[in-house]
Amino acid sequence: MLIHLGVIDYGLLGVYFAFVLGIGLVIRKGIGGSKDFFESGRALPAWICALGFIGANLGAQEVMGMAASGAKYGLMTSHFYWLGAIPAMVFVAVFMMPFYYGSKARSVPEYLKLRFDEKTRGLNAVTFACMTVMSSGISMYALATLLRAILGWNLHLCIAASGVVVLIYIFTGGLRSAIYKEVLQFFLIVFGFLPLVLLGLKQVGGWPGLTRRLAIVAVRNGMPEGAWSHSWKFVGSAQSNPMGVEWFGLVMGLGFVLSFGYWCTDFLVVQRAMAAKDMGAARRTPIIAAIPKMLFPFLVILPGMLAIALTTDAGGGAHFSLPSKGGSLNYDMVVPAMLAHYFPSGLLGLGLTALIASFMSGMAGNVTAFNTVWTYDIYQSYIRPQASDAHYLAVGRAATVAGIAASVACAYTAAKFNNIMDVLQLVFAFVNAPLFATFLLGMFWRRTTGHGAFLGLLAGTAAAAVHHGLSLPTGAEVGIKGGWLSVVHPYPSEMAQNFWTAIWAFSACFVATVIVSLATKQQKSDEELTGLVYALTPKLKEEDVAWYQRPAILGVGVLTLALVLNIVFW
Amino acid sequence: MDLDIRLPIGLMFSVFGLLLAAFGLISDPVIYAEHSLGINVNLDWGLVLLAFGATMLLVALRARRSQQVRSPRRPGS
Repeated sequence: MLIHLGVIDYGLLGVYFAFVLGIGLVIRKGIGGSKDFFESGRALPAWICALGFIGANLGAQEVMGMAASGAKYGLMTSHFYWLGAIPAMVFVAVFMMPFYYGSKARSVPEYLKLRFDEKTRGLNAVTFACMTVMSSGISMYALATLLRAILGWNLHLCIAASGVVVLIYIFTGGLRSAIYKEVLQFFLIVFGFLPLVLLGLKQVGGWPGLTRRLAIVAVRNGMPEGAWSHSWKFVGSAQSNPMGVEWFGLVMGLGFVLSFGYWCTDFLVVQRAMAAKDMGAARRTPIIAAIPKMLFPFLVILPGMLAIALTTDAGGGAHFSLPSKGGSLNYDMVVPAMLAHYFPSGLLGLGLTALIASFMSGMAGNVTAFNTVWTYDIYQSYIRPQASDAHYLAVGRAATVAGIAASVACAYTAAKFNNIMDVLQLVFAFVNAPLFATFLLGMFWRRTTGHGAFLGLLAGTAAAAVHHGLSLPTGAEVGIKGGWLSVVHPYPSEMAQNFWTAIWAFSACFVATVIVSLATKQQKSDEELTGLVYALTPKLKEEDVAWYQRPAILGVGVLTLALVLNIVFW
Repeated sequence: MDLDIRLPIGLMFSVFGLLLAAFGLISDPVIYAEHSLGINVNLDWGLVLLAFGATMLLVALRARRSQQVRSPRRPGS
């Protein structure tokens, strides 16, 4: 599938790059010290942080991945939003942001150092730094292979060009530059994908036409008729829904452990809220972000559902055909194939610009998080403490260059040894899975000790690895997919296995942290823990805040809306 | 230097809108029959983008003006 671009398409792409680089150059003048570079001077209004927050999350893996899942699993993919994101986003805003923003911590690992000890921070900082560089490299590689596949562009050129663009605007404007670009990209994705959904819906005959065709898809796959167009109706048993998960694994694994783990402890997203101008704005950031997030299923999942519905021959013939790979449908190509089919030259340029922007946004988000953690949590802590601010700013800029260079190296490694990257990602998933238990206990139980947190994390990681090693999704081969110890428990799908790995990791970490904490002495005094632990932090005064700006009220409103969506699309 | 993000957003989408709408006017209608169900999406969507971009610009300019009213420049600065 090769797409030919016209002059107008290149023109739109060029306009976008000119703006991105221009913004970086304009912002450059405002960077006076390391606080401006790493924390954006803590001066941004809530709505910008919120769009940056959501833009950083709306990378290409998300856009293309959710569309692919929409085709593969249908409307059940919305669980990643209405169940797996909104509640956690409200929780981080209402309960956790006071500790992140209110403490002197400049990063998530630094919070761990203040709350627990050096080793817990070190573990988190090092794994996080490695993970960001890797994700950025994988984004780079994915972008380059996609552009090679659909436009016939040169792989090396794409990697080099994306690296240089991201480098220029982060090097110049730091976090603020990255956040501004994420805001631009948010609007680009919305305006670039909306026509796709509208055209697809028009062709398929609206929602009724879509469900009629999806019923055919479901029956052909041996599922009940509504399996592709309902989110909750068929989760009673794993066999009757395309995701192969049952409600408990879904709610606990995705809705609780994975979702809260990501939204509440991943510095990449938390960093956006921490750039806000005051505590109120920081707390409103995730809640404001939750509103567009709630509507994204219509923008990113619907194209996938439309693609599979339009591919189905339903009496009137197929309108569109999803490309296939090795005899089965190639779900990853949903977005590019739909763009090429429904967008004429002109709009096609806009759609591709949105797609390219989302890849680069994914890279930039990772690189800004990396340079902060590297400079504050690794360099300043272990290599050279007490240097001048100008020195750390210079180190931050150097880290940006190094981070991008490392990403390029990762991109080429991914190109050469596909498996190594998968293995590493699995290892990082094991490390991250238990993290939410540590934060939960750390923030809400003052007795939690540094030894407890550290050993709990190790126990959680071990539990995740052992669970993965003992289970295998049906039809998968022993190895990277699991079962490398011995296959004790089969799962109906990879998704179910992932959810349960997370549940085991969380539980093991929780229990181990509690036990070790009870057995060890608390090294931190109550004064040291003030502002870091719920019971020792004075309640925020909200009397002078208008009711519509209070996080708790906003949060309840957002949760109600999410509940309504769950019920409407039950 | 404090850049109001609405300014570049407004400018960029206005430029996108103008380019798309103009292309929609001059392009061969065959491409719309081939791709977008016969609808001139470039013209239609270009106008939508232009409206969005112009609104953003308007808001940004008004915010800038009210800021100047609130903090008038002192003589000599």
